[in-house]
Amino acid sequence: MSVIYIVLPLALVLGGGALAAFLWAVRRGQFDDLETPAIRVALEDDHRPVERRGPRPGP
Amino acid sequence: MQFSAPRAADRNATSSPPADAAPRTTVCAHCGLSVPAALLEPGAEQQYCCSGCRAVRETLLAAGLVDYYELRARFDDSAARAEARSSERSYAAFDRDVFQAEHVRRDGPLHRVDLLLEGVRCAACVWLVERLPRFVPGVKSAELRLRDARVSVVYDPTALRLSEVAAKLHSIGYPVHPARSEVQRELAKRAERKLLVELGVAGVCAGNAMLVAFALYSGASGDLEDNHAALFRWTGLALGWLSILWPGQRFLRGAWAAVRTRTANLDLPIAIALVAGGLAGIWNTVTARGESYFDSLTVLVFLLLAGRYVQARQQRFAEDAVDLTRALTPVGCRVVRSGAGGAATVEEITVEELTVGDRVLVRAGEPFPADGVIEDGRSRVDRALLTGEAEPVAVDVGDAVHAGSQNVGGELRVRVTDVGDASRIGKLMGLVQEGLAEKPPIERFTDRIAGWFVGTVTTLAAVNFAVWVWLAGLAPAIDHTVALLIVACPCALGLATPLTLAVAVGRAARGGLLVKDAAVFERLARGGRLLLDKTGTITRGAPALTAWRGDASARGAVAALERASAHPVARALAAALEPDAVPGVRATDVEERLDGGIRGRVAGRDVRVGSLEHLAGRHLRPTAELAAEARALEADGATVVGVALDGCVVAIAGLVDAPRDGARAALAALVERGFVPEVLSGDVQGAVARVAREVGLDPDVARGGVEPEGKLARVRALAAAGEPTVMVGDGVNDAAALAAAEVGIAVHGGAEASLAAADAYSSRPGLAPLVELVDLSRLTLRTIHRNLGLSLVYNGVAVAAATLGWVDPLVAAVLMPISSASVLALALLSIRRRAPRPA
Repeated sequence: MSVIYIVLPLALVLGGGALAAFLWAVRRGQFDDLETPAIRVALEDDHRPVERRGPRPGP
Repeated sequence: MQFSAPRAADRNATSSPPADAAPRTTVCAHCGLSVPAALLEPGAEQQYCCSGCRAVRETLLAAGLVDYYELRARFDDSAARAEARSSERSYAAFDRDVFQAEHVRRDGPLHRVDLLLEGVRCAACVWLVERLPRFVPGVKSAELRLRDARVSVVYDPTALRLSEVAAKLHSIGYPVHPARSEVQRELAKRAERKLLVELGVAGVCAGNAMLVAFALYSGASGDLEDNHAALFRWTGLALGWLSILWPGQRFLRGAWAAVRTRTANLDLPIAIALVAGGLAGIWNTVTARGESYFDSLTVLVFLLLAGRYVQARQQRFAEDAVDLTRALTPVGCRVVRSGAGGAATVEEITVEELTVGDRVLVRAGEPFPADGVIEDGRSRVDRALLTGEAEPVAVDVGDAVHAGSQNVGGELRVRVTDVGDASRIGKLMGLVQEGLAEKPPIERFTDRIAGWFVGTVTTLAAVNFAVWVWLAGLAPAIDHTVALLIVACPCALGLATPLTLAVAVGRAARGGLLVKDAAVFERLARGGRLLLDKTGTITRGAPALTAWRGDASARGAVAALERASAHPVARALAAALEPDAVPGVRATDVEERLDGGIRGRVAGRDVRVGSLEHLAGRHLRPTAELAAEARALEADGATVVGVALDGCVVAIAGLVDAPRDGARAALAALVERGFVPEVLSGDVQGAVARVAREVGLDPDVARGGVEPEGKLARVRALAAAGEPTVMVGDGVNDAAALAAAEVGIAVHGGAEASLAAADAYSSRPGLAPLVELVDLSRLTLRTIHRNLGLSLVYNGVAVAAATLGWVDPLVAAVLMPISSASVLALALLSIRRRAPRPA
C-alpha cells in the first residue's frame, strides 16, 4: 500500500493538468458562446470560420 | 431552382387575393409576409412585399446562396417574420477615424470589428453570415454569435473599407449597427470567466477531496495504517483550504461585507460553516484525531458556485438581447460644409464629431442627431419618444428641433445648437444616471431570512457546545458543534434560489420578456403602485382608422394614395384600407403638402386627402351631414381627415390613437394582482383622461402634460412616502423615471434611453406581457418559499441529528447532496413545466 505515496500525488498532478487545460480554454474564450458552435455543426458544407492568410478568390 | 417556400405568417389576417389577381400566391418570395395589393405585379412569378426584400433575394441569387431559404425553413420555427429593410442606408460614417478608433481593433495586418446585426433569427442566418468571406473578397472571416446577433468580422483594410463590409451585410438582409458599451461588456465577460474558473477549481478540489474522504471512510474500521491515514488527511486539508481560499473567497468577502454593514445575506451562514469546518479540520489533522469535513465543504463550495454561474449566464443572455435593441440609433449624420469658393459639400460624419454651429441635413424618416434650429425647409416632426405627443408637430424655419425626435415630412437643414450631453436628450440621460445611482435596492427574500437563520444557528450551536462540554468534555463538544454548523449550512437554499431565478429568467426570455436583474421577480410579486406611460404603452402610439363616413368606393383610391407618405396618419389609412386596394393600381403625381394634405392621381381620378381646414382652403367643403359627422367624431377626440375625389368631398375618416387590444383586460388583471395604476403622460390632459376612461381607469389617476422631470418627481415622491413604484414606459421622456423607480419596465418599441434605464424589457407590444411577467414572478416567489420550507425541514433534521451526536462526515456527505438535489428538482419542475397561473 506504500505505493499510495506515489499514486496519490500523481493523481493530484493529473487533476492539476486537467484544471490547467480548463483554465487555458476559458481564458481563450472557448466557453463564452456555447450555442452557436452546436448549430454550426448541424449546417452543411465544409464551411470553416477560420482566418485565412492571403487573398481569397471570389465565388 | 428548387427550394422549399418559406412558411408564411399572414400579416393582414383579413386580406384575401382579389378575384382578378393573376399570380398564384400573394406572399413575398423573400420574407413570406403578404404583398400589399398596390405592389402586386400581375404576371410576375415572384412577388415581393417591398424593395428591400427584392434586393436581398436578388443578392442571394447572384451570390449563389439560395440554399439559405431551405435552411431557414428547416431551422426557423418562429412565426415572426419581418420584411427586409431597404439598403438605402449609407455606412460612410463607419470609415471615419473617430468611429474606427473606438470600434476597430488591429489583428496583425488585418482589422477586426464587432458589429450587431438586425434580423438574425436562426441557424440559417449563421450559415449565411459566416459565408461572407466566400463572396466578398477581402473579408477573411465572419463569426456570428446567435445569442446576441454579434458578428466578429476580420477583413483586410487594404482590400475594402469597413463601410463596404457593412453594406454587404446589409445587402444580404442584415442591417448593421456598431456594438456599443464595450467597456461594460468586457467587464461582464471577465467576471463570468472568473466565476467559471473558480467553478473549475472548486470542482477539482471537490472531486479529489471526495476520493480522499472515501479512502478514509473505507479504512475507518481500522485497517488503515496511521501513515496512510495521515497522508489522506493532509491531502484533504490542502484541497479543502485551497477551495475555501480561492473559489470560496466569494462567500468570505460577501460575509465580511454583511458583518461590516450590520446587515445579513446568505453568504454569512455559508462563511461560518466554511471557516468553522476549516479551522476544526486543521486542528484535527494536526493532532491526528477527530473528524475532518473537507469533502462536504468542498462540495458545498462547488454546488453553490454552480448555482451562481448558471444564474449569471442566464442574466447575461437577457442583457445581451437588450443590447441590440439599444443600438438602433444613428451613427452617422450628413453635415454641410462650405468648400472653397462657396460651393457646399455634404459630408457624412459620426454624430460624435458634430459641433455647435454645424449645419446638418436631415431627410424624411431620419432622426435628428442633435438639438438645433431649422434654417431651411418645412416638415413635420414626430416627438412621441421624446415628449409623448401622439401627433407629429409642424415645424418651419426658425423652429427648434431636438435630438431623439424623428423628421417625418421633408428634408430639413438644421443649424446645431447643442450636442451630446448639452442637448435635451443628453440632460435627460444625466437624470437617468442620477436616478440609477439613487435607486432603492430591491430587498431580496433570501437576504431577509439570512439574518434570522444566522441568529438561530449560532444560538443553537452555542447551546449545543455548552451542553456537550458539560456532558462529555471539550473535544467531543468541538466535534459536534462543528458538525452542526456544517450541516446547518443552507446549501439547499443557497443553491436553489439562484437556480430558481435563473430558470425564471430563461422562461421570461422565451416569452419575449428580458429581465436584467432577477430581483425584479421578487418585487413584482408583491404588487404596489404602478405608473404607466400613455403613448406607446397603453395606446398603440400611432393613430388608427376608427370611422369612415361617406362614399365607400373611395377607400381603394385613398389606400393607393396614402402608400406614398410616411406620415402616421397616411400609414394608418394605408394599412386599414389595404383590403379595398385594387391590385397593381398605384398613385401618380403625388404631392404631399406640409400643412396637412396629400394629393395625387389614382386610376385617372384626382384624389385629395387632408384635414377639413386644408380642404376648405382649396374650396372643397363637405356636405352638411358629413360636416356634422365630422364634428361628432372630433367631439369624441378623433382626428378627422376629408377625402375629395375629382373636386368633391365624398367621405371623411376618423383616426384615433387607440388603446391597444387587451389593454383594458390587462389592466384589470394587474389590479387584481395587487397593483394600483396611475397614468402619467406628456400628451394633453384631455386625451389622457379619455384613454384612461377607455381602459377602465378612473380619470383622476390620469395626468397629462407631464414633463420627464415631472415623472421623475412623482416616482421620487412616492418612494419618499414609503411606496416604491413600478414604472412602465417606452419613450425617452420615461427614462429618468424608469431609472429611479424600484422596478422599471421598458416596453416594445422603446427608445435607447429607456432600455438602458429599465430593469426589464418587453419585446412584445401591449400590457399583456406585463401580466405574464407578474404571474411568473408570483410563481417564482412561491417556488422559492417552497424551497425554503423544504430546506428548513432538512436543516431541522440535520441539526437535531447533530445535537444528538449522530452526525459524522459520512452522514454529512450524504445529507448535503440529498437536500440539494431535492430542492433543485422542485425548482426546475415548478417553473419549467407548469404555466404560470393566477394564484
